[in-house]
Amino acid sequence: MSNKLVNDIKGRSGGAGDQRNEKLDKKRTKSVILRLSKYILKHKFLFLVAIATTLISNQLALMGPMYSGYAIDAMTIGDSVDFAAVTENIVKMLVCYIASGILSYLLAVLMVFISQKIVYAMRKELFEKLTTLPVGYFDTHPAGDIISRISYDIDTVNASLSNDLVQIMTSVYTVIGSLIFMWRISKPLIVVIAVTVPVSIIFTRYRSKKVRPLFHTRSAKLGELNGYAEEMLSGGRTICAYGREKEISGRFDKRNNDTMNAYYNAEYYGATLGPSVNFINNMSLSLVMILGGILYMYSVGGTFAETSAFFITLGGISQFVQYSRKFAGPINEFANIMNEFQSAFSAAERVFRIIDENPESADAKDAIELKNVEGNVELRHVDFSYVPGTPILKDINIKAQAGKTIAIVGPTGAGKTTIINLLMRFYDASAGEILVDGKNIEDVKRSSLRKAYTMVLQDTWLFGGTIFDNIAYGKENATIDDVREAARAARLETYIEQLPNGYYTMLSDNGVNISKGQKQLITIARAMLMDSHMLILDEATSNVDSRTEIKIQQAMAKLMKGKTSFVIAHRLSTIQNADLILVIQDGRISEQGNHEELMKKGGFYSTLYNSQFV
Amino acid sequence: MRLMIKYLRPFFGIMLVGLTIKVTGTVIELALPYILSYILENVVEQQRVEKVLLWGGLMALCALSACIFNIVANRMAARVARDFSEIVRKNLFARTIRLSAKQTDAFTIASLEARVTTDTYNVHQFVGMMQRMGVRAPILLVGGIAITLIMDSYLALIMIAMLPLIFVTVFFISKKGIPLYTKVQQSVDGMVRVVREDVIGIRVIKALSKGEYEHVRYDKVNTALIKDETRASVTMGLANPIMTMLMNFGIVGVVALAASRVQDGRSDPETVIAFMQYFTLISTAMMSVTRIFVMYTKSAASARRIAEVIDSKEDFEVESEEKYPQIKTDAHIVFKNVSFSYNGVKNNISDINLEIAKGGSLGIIGATGSGKSTLIKLLMRFYDVGEGGIYIDGRDIRTIPKEELYSMFGSAMQNDFLYADSIEENIRFGRDISHEEIVKAAKTAQADLFISEIAQGYDYQLAVKGSNLSGGQKQRLLISRAVAGKPKILILDDSSSALDYKTDANLRRALSQDMKGVTLITVAQRVSSVKNCDRILVLSDGVPSGYGTHEELMRTCEEYREISESQMGGDFVE
Repeated sequence: MSNKLVNDIKGRSGGAGDQRNEKLDKKRTKSVILRLSKYILKHKFLFLVAIATTLISNQLALMGPMYSGYAIDAMTIGDSVDFAAVTENIVKMLVCYIASGILSYLLAVLMVFISQKIVYAMRKELFEKLTTLPVGYFDTHPAGDIISRISYDIDTVNASLSNDLVQIMTSVYTVIGSLIFMWRISKPLIVVIAVTVPVSIIFTRYRSKKVRPLFHTRSAKLGELNGYAEEMLSGGRTICAYGREKEISGRFDKRNNDTMNAYYNAEYYGATLGPSVNFINNMSLSLVMILGGILYMYSVGGTFAETSAFFITLGGISQFVQYSRKFAGPINEFANIMNEFQSAFSAAERVFRIIDENPESADAKDAIELKNVEGNVELRHVDFSYVPGTPILKDINIKAQAGKTIAIVGPTGAGKTTIINLLMRFYDASAGEILVDGKNIEDVKRSSLRKAYTMVLQDTWLFGGTIFDNIAYGKENATIDDVREAARAARLETYIEQLPNGYYTMLSDNGVNISKGQKQLITIARAMLMDSHMLILDEATSNVDSRTEIKIQQAMAKLMKGKTSFVIAHRLSTIQNADLILVIQDGRISEQGNHEELMKKGGFYSTLYNSQFV
Repeated sequence: MRLMIKYLRPFFGIMLVGLTIKVTGTVIELALPYILSYILENVVEQQRVEKVLLWGGLMALCALSACIFNIVANRMAARVARDFSEIVRKNLFARTIRLSAKQTDAFTIASLEARVTTDTYNVHQFVGMMQRMGVRAPILLVGGIAITLIMDSYLALIMIAMLPLIFVTVFFISKKGIPLYTKVQQSVDGMVRVVREDVIGIRVIKALSKGEYEHVRYDKVNTALIKDETRASVTMGLANPIMTMLMNFGIVGVVALAASRVQDGRSDPETVIAFMQYFTLISTAMMSVTRIFVMYTKSAASARRIAEVIDSKEDFEVESEEKYPQIKTDAHIVFKNVSFSYNGVKNNISDINLEIAKGGSLGIIGATGSGKSTLIKLLMRFYDVGEGGIYIDGRDIRTIPKEELYSMFGSAMQNDFLYADSIEENIRFGRDISHEEIVKAAKTAQADLFISEIAQGYDYQLAVKGSNLSGGQKQRLLISRAVAGKPKILILDDSSSALDYKTDANLRRALSQDMKGVTLITVAQRVSSVKNCDRILVLSDGVPSGYGTHEELMRTCEEYREISESQMGGDFVE
């Protein structure tokens, strides 16, 4: 009994949920259409020209048959063929067809331009949005899915815009034109159309409502598949080293199968639409024949007067049928286009979803530019958690005076890198405040705060450009001499000069044939070109061997000179000369002081220090 | 195209069934106008309501069956397209994942990704469309031409004369189109690459406030892609107007010719009118053919890109023992006069000779870029040696089948690969390993300590690339993975650089206890990580500058001593 009740409630609430979803869905689709049309309206003028071209080109195409009709008339009227008239009409036909051909090509070109402009703008907007998203977004979203949106999804929208819009315009034109003619021929027969057209519209709407979620799934599945492919392809070497190709391929196959089924489902239900609408049209033809036939009989029988709206001739029926066939084509086409639109809408929605993501919270209105930084940094009672409920940092208090070196040590996973994330405002503290030169960093323009730091991370990042580009990345207008000097200081000179194009060698795909250490040296050289008062070194030399490290120490010293430096390192030699050493354990500062003080204390730090001599 | 035919072959049977159904449906549908004109001409005149209803009903019946036939055929077409693309993509991915490092670098990951998704999708689209639309148009075309030939073969010839012109146009546009679409796909690769790079490097970009710069960089690839897309579309856009125009010229020709034939009494205007109607029908069919052909051009470019990967040659074939004979040795691993160069100009590794006993250990140490990791890549046959040979149990590794070779290794590289799945799965890595063994491996790798502190333990889900773990935690997972497979050879390539000394020391101790009998190769920058190895190789610029035990090297090898001293509390900060 009670079970039944529960089920009942479940069922009901499920139903309500569905309804809500449906409403939401409708709303979403509407807003997607609205936003897409905004893109189109940006090119109002071109679009109007396109509409005009469509109309003229269609009209010309319709005029061709008219002249051919005249030409044929010229053959029948009178006893012999009127060659002059035939020639005249033939010339007219030629002119019409050539003009229509040229116009339709112009239209195609025009639509390509419009759609490409829109696609360009969408890609640009999406990409630029990406650069404003908080770092956390990228920590949680697979690159492959993002890529799928910016390539495949926008492509789908593009295909639909460049083909379907013209199709629709042409269809509407033909439909209206044919309707007018049909209205003139017989008003009662129009009733048939008045029934069947709404039926096909309702049917199309009903179907597309059913199909819409399937297209959503399709796009989402493809994105997932791409995400998986991206992830696995970037781990290709490891997969090979473990000989796991078969296993990974097997897992890919499962996702592939899901994706293809999602495709199939969308197509399976989509496949009914065209033939069904066609069927409705054919039905309407049959009805026209039956009704028309009956009307004709009464007309001939004299029941309907010639002036009556019900009067019809045999020729009238024939013409009506011809026009309704003309009319059916576009309606059928329309149904197919609706299918295309469904997939375009789903794709557009995925694109818009990124565009609508919350960007990094905007700078406060009265945010100030951080200028003439001295480099006094203070953390007061800072708490932080990535996921609410699992605190990473608890009540962190740090006072870093300008120009001093602060080393952060602690077991892995204690929250060292998180402090860096907070200093740079990649994430914002959950509680407490961080001050730079006495100013709360949340009241400061983000870009000026970040510019005040120079940062070298363990995960080196190089992009597909020349070595020069990569080193000069942090400094605008860096000259080759600047870059050379930095490279020399980072002990990269010999390596770079033996490369085929020296400083102008392209680093393809995340730095092929460069060792991890060399990559890190390039990022150090990059940092050396920057001019800021605060420095963050997060395992900056972890991939550089200790002898090279000694060789670059002069340069590192120069880099750190006069700067407030936050250093995370495992080599205690790097740490022991720091002005302040913070030991972080379990998200709290457990010890702080300089090397001697901490050694005397005999706590975690001294154990750690002594362990290297074991 | 060859690719498509090859992969479609198994579906020829079912496609034939589908096509037959489709043809039936289409023919029925095409019969509708004839029933219509029959009613008009013969039935209505009889003025009998029941006859009109009967024939009208017949029409409805035909319409219904055409509808059902078409739906069934379309669904079958969708199924064929699905199965076809699934197999193509499956094989493509399977091949992609087996590409050698060199091949992957040459294709670039961005491009491989596009091939697995977008290109496969293009081919899928074509296969579906061809089945759905490729039936009606040819029937209309052939039927139309046949009927016009019967009606007035003389006039029909004019139209047939247009066909070669149309085919020539198709041929030329397609010839221009395929390379253009190939270019488009290349530009897509370039665009995807920038997106990929920026997603990965977002921290650096933000830190340096290089948003604007990246926008410009993206704008460049975006503009290039737009340019290529526009060029391809504008070229392909020619197809439809030209074909329509040619057909219309045919109509004009027919009218012109008809005039003199009517004059001579060899034809009559009614025939000409009927003729023109069929002509319109044929040109509509031609338009469909154009659409299919545009789609074909696009998918042919994609199919080529897919075939490029699938047909790419296996980079490292298993060679015969005649070519690379076994050597007699007791050692587990032997490097004999090994030299290697990445670019074929300058050797990155020269003249390496070493032996490691079964269960023994080797440490490799050296400056950044001295070739330490290269040596490991050679041992694991990511690249083939230029000269000399590498032997495991006396067998040249080039003669050992891949599966056998890789089953010997357990390796953890610097900044290796973690993916979005549970900790347990990341350690298991798709192998047949029990939970107990995984915990045991994690204990050896010092990973169990932090895993057991997490509430979800081994079920804890890693984020993309393991970004919710710290550097040291990631490294310990990777070592767990290497240890869990009970390898014969364990390779730790700079895989403990992010560990603090204490954890590192514990790791070394656990490894020597738990991994007895396993040959261990350690690449490291810390002397403390390698000093207990049986032998240590000191590399500098790809050439060995020292080889021996820690004590021997401390005595004889200047460079080793320097490294060692640099790590024993040498001053780093001024």
